[in-house]
Amino acid sequence: MTVALDEAASEAARPQTKRKARGPSDARRGLTLMSPVFGYALLLLAIPLGATIAMSFWSQDFLTFDRSGTLENYAAIWTDDMPDHWTGIFGSYWTENLYRALLLRSLSVSLFVTAATLLLAFPIAYYVSFHVRKNKGLWIFLITIPFWTSYLLRVFLWKVILGYEGVVNASLMALGVIDEPLTSINYSINAVVLTLAHAWAPFAILPIFVSLEKIDRSLLEAAEDLGDGPIRRFFRVTLPLAMPGVVAAALIVFIPTIGDYVTPKLLGGKDGLMISNMIEVQFKKGNDQPLGSALAVSSMMIVASISVLFVWMNRKYLRARPS
Amino acid sequence: MSGETGTHSKGTGLRVYAFAYLLFLYAPVALLPIFAFNDSQIIAFPLSGFTDRWFGELWEAEPLHESLMNSLFVGITSSVLATLLGICAARASTRYEFPGKKPMMGFVMLPLVLPEIIVGVAMINIIVQLGMDLSLWTVILGHVLICTPFAIAILSAAFASLDRSLEEASLDLGETRMGTFLRVTLPLVMPGIVSSLLICFTISLDEFIIAFFLTGADTTLPVYIWGQLRFPGRLPSVFALGTLMLLASLLLLTLGEYFRRRSARKTGIEHTAGGLV
Repeated sequence: MTVALDEAASEAARPQTKRKARGPSDARRGLTLMSPVFGYALLLLAIPLGATIAMSFWSQDFLTFDRSGTLENYAAIWTDDMPDHWTGIFGSYWTENLYRALLLRSLSVSLFVTAATLLLAFPIAYYVSFHVRKNKGLWIFLITIPFWTSYLLRVFLWKVILGYEGVVNASLMALGVIDEPLTSINYSINAVVLTLAHAWAPFAILPIFVSLEKIDRSLLEAAEDLGDGPIRRFFRVTLPLAMPGVVAAALIVFIPTIGDYVTPKLLGGKDGLMISNMIEVQFKKGNDQPLGSALAVSSMMIVASISVLFVWMNRKYLRARPS
Repeated sequence: MSGETGTHSKGTGLRVYAFAYLLFLYAPVALLPIFAFNDSQIIAFPLSGFTDRWFGELWEAEPLHESLMNSLFVGITSSVLATLLGICAARASTRYEFPGKKPMMGFVMLPLVLPEIIVGVAMINIIVQLGMDLSLWTVILGHVLICTPFAIAILSAAFASLDRSLEEASLDLGETRMGTFLRVTLPLVMPGIVSSLLICFTISLDEFIIAFFLTGADTTLPVYIWGQLRFPGRLPSVFALGTLMLLASLLLLTLGEYFRRRSARKTGIEHTAGGLV
């Protein structure tokens, strides 16, 4: 509270451009209102994250923690050749570093999912924004309804569809298209990508739709009048103006999918498991919280750096365009 | 626009795509009621007749009822707490200027851009180190953390659309600050509050991974469902449960939308105060 007051005082000392001469009390009220939320996030997010980072430098022997500080967890993840002979659910033929392989796989799966979701979602958002005249609200409502089903069941239902004896295989066999069930569609990375692209569809459509709706339609007419064909107009006017929505959608899809646990566990099979599955193993059966924490911190770093890259590329792209 | 003249065919192509995409969105959900009423333990085609016995099984499953009650408790408590925190933050950010506002707001919105497993791992670390026991309350702590950013986003929209002259009029007419907030501001942002409660409740009710990490002996509904998915014999009744949950959330959505429109009409706020869709 004293900090808040000090800050309020220093705010009062600054030149004020506010409507009324309420400066200092305004700042104090704002800080007072903000303090419960900020305090909650400090206690339950900053301190736990700090503890996780600290723990990633510890080591654990059964129930006792060695807190002297070591880099061995990160070495096990990033530099060791074959640190552990993990078999079990991750398969038994690992000739490379399993932790690193899982991290890189999670990254590539979620990049694939992001690309697939955006490519599938953009035309829908475009259609609703530019071609639907009366019932835009209805379309958006229709798009969001499936998302109100339990997440677990939505993912599990894809297992019902894609499974060995699933809907797709059963129908194709009944139609005589195939003689044996297809195995490429179930328990693989493909199944994980498809399921995640489905699960996150509305989260990609909505921000793109919002940014398309904001586009001043007269700009498109101007581009047409100035001689741009529909394709050039799309790439030179519509897409750049929709870019904030596209970047928002990319982040909204990319960030949670890299840490998804349910989909790889249900649909990934041995070759489609991802880093969250390993984190869970370390925290529960594996009983190695420090290693689990180091895995979590590593994936957080990957998420953060890719997200910053997305935002930076977008800025660069927008700035490079002649206005 | 492009639909009007030469690009008409492009419009129809897009429409075909749009309907195909809707089919893709609905395919899994459509299977839910089909297998919930299918008279077979095995989840596969061809179907083998109609039954409602899977719904009957739900009535007898004691652990299911317990986990449902747990989830309702967690959902209601988390949504109320997150909305209260959201009201404070939204009010602070839309009404007041104060030092450190941007970084503070950015920090409290951070859970929005963290994978949930990170939140789960971080919280379990601190709970283990502090020697606390896992219970429904630890799940609530986690859910409040991830729901608060959604509450802030919805409520900020509601507070931002507020006409400040109404508050000033109330103050000029002799009402106290608290009285003004309770009798003028709060009724005007009520639609936003209802939306926030509903969204937070839905998020909490459906949240799996944090609950999976932070739950103790009492499980929430998604954790219970996760346990059931391993037993093929239980699947039909899980599907029946899923069907009921889908109906319940559609009902909740419709109700929420109805109340939002009604109070929007009453206060003259049009579609700005954080609608559901």
